[in-house]
Amino acid sequence: MADESKPSQEPESNPPKPTDASPAPMPKSTAAPASPAAAKPAAPAPKVLPAAQIPLANDLVRRYRERFGAAILDALEDRTQPYLVIDASELSAIALYSRDEEKFDLLEDFTAVDWPRREKRFDLVAILYSFPNNTRLRLKIPVAVDEHPASLGETWPTANWLEREIFDMFGIEFAGHPDLKRILLPDGWQGHPLRKDYDILLQDTAWVRENLGIDSGQ
Amino acid sequence: MADTVQEDATQRQDTLLGADELVLNMGPQHPSTHGVLRVKLKLDGERVRGTECVIGYLHRGVEKIAENRTYQQFAPYVDRMDYVAAVSNGLGYCEAVEKLLTVEAPIRAKVIRTILTELQRIASHLLWLGTHALDIGALTPLFYCMREREEILKIFEKYCGARLTTHAFRIGGLQYESYDGFEKDVERFCKDFERRIQEYVDLLTGNSIWIGRTRNVGVLNAADCIALGASGPILRASGVKWDLRKAQPYAAYDRYQFEIPTGTKGDTYDRYMVRMEEMRQSRLICLQAIENIPDGPIFGKVGKVIKPAPGEIYHSIEAPKGILGYYIVSDGTTQPYRVRIRPPSFVNLQALDKMIRGHLVADVVAVIGTLDIVLGEVDR
Repeated sequence: MADESKPSQEPESNPPKPTDASPAPMPKSTAAPASPAAAKPAAPAPKVLPAAQIPLANDLVRRYRERFGAAILDALEDRTQPYLVIDASELSAIALYSRDEEKFDLLEDFTAVDWPRREKRFDLVAILYSFPNNTRLRLKIPVAVDEHPASLGETWPTANWLEREIFDMFGIEFAGHPDLKRILLPDGWQGHPLRKDYDILLQDTAWVRENLGIDSGQ
Repeated sequence: MADTVQEDATQRQDTLLGADELVLNMGPQHPSTHGVLRVKLKLDGERVRGTECVIGYLHRGVEKIAENRTYQQFAPYVDRMDYVAAVSNGLGYCEAVEKLLTVEAPIRAKVIRTILTELQRIASHLLWLGTHALDIGALTPLFYCMREREEILKIFEKYCGARLTTHAFRIGGLQYESYDGFEKDVERFCKDFERRIQEYVDLLTGNSIWIGRTRNVGVLNAADCIALGASGPILRASGVKWDLRKAQPYAAYDRYQFEIPTGTKGDTYDRYMVRMEEMRQSRLICLQAIENIPDGPIFGKVGKVIKPAPGEIYHSIEAPKGILGYYIVSDGTTQPYRVRIRPPSFVNLQALDKMIRGHLVADVVAVIGTLDIVLGEVDR
């Protein structure tokens, strides 16, 4: 049973066995839950791969590479889940191709991760799902703080609010978004809370004082 | 969306001809918005010409909190998103971290998780049914629904001591063994529940007022559902036979037989029928599961200190309201580097504008009800 649920999660990586074995010292316990005997054979061969990520080269990646060439910066697999790192300039074209040709018809989620020490500070992460193929693919788009990646709203209308949330939390501005404004925080709020340099105790004290008439409780 | 609601209306009023166009604020303190949702309605008489949702009143920064807690410490927080389906939230989070650690919970834990999660689905749908019917004007179902939901909450209480924000699961399995008589309690509820569902059906399904208020109201077809990311019962009511429990089984769902109910038109009545059938199916899953809960440990090989290898994972489950996803990035420390929660309510709420345009003001209440949103999850 344990083995059945795994491959179906990301059926793209069709042979899940090799990937299961390679990433980290831990994965053997996946195959046999609560069976210490099965965990032991894995231990003597400690394959030290600090990141559980391995290069990926399946048909899907080949098609993307053929089509977009250098815009596909990297193709990796993390714990049997595939993702592509793509160049922000080709985002619209890749999104359209993913939806129409590769049948990733659902933009399941769109979010960002902040890596403040990197040259391109943010990773936009689009999680795509294909109803016909029952597969997922992640697109990672590194963007700099002053870069304006294209909005995905044309391709997947669901991106509208998701992009507003990214803008709200990270301050990434999307080019071509019809109504880019804060969604969860008040309009006049200063700062973008999910950036790493925004401390958890930090808040817009001026806004709180002005609008709520109280001094911040923190 | 219609950010020009305000401007349009003022312009029309300047002409003195457009006095019939009005911007109406519904909420945030409106009983039928099920929390603190504010909807700006642009009205032409009784017709809705556009909407704008103003959300965030319940924003607590859950994702930011996650980055400042250890993996285990964060687990209770997810219960406070969709607080009427806390068990489902917990299941999604625990399974996501388990996948990040590449461990699995033992089968006994998985089966108990499945039972509790399906009970939670029934409880969540019951609350939806009661309040949705109340919004539309049927007062009685609420009391019936609360009565049955109480039985489920009692099972939760007996199991882990909490009724609402249960924190029932742990990363790696379960903290608590099922109590003596757990199967019996679940069985008693399920046996009884068949008759109870029939009571709701008698009250609503053939009721001409109910049909009049829900048929052809808030129609969302399959293509729009997928484009807008609407999932769960909304997607199924539009005719897409898709359920993550079948498509990519998690927990112990691959052990049980159940059907995916679908609708045809994608209107409010179809969504009602789909959710009613989902409750019946959840009941069947529970009955199958308690037949044979495997023996064995309830906690997998997870240490006291959780330090996943650097990397990332996305895991999603079929929560009562739709796709609930967790995207977790680990930097190899005891605290997650980033936790992104894909809340079904937030994404589903985006479809409100599409569903309500052209309908009457009174239908707004019906459509908000049929979306089955929980603001704790929308705002996080």
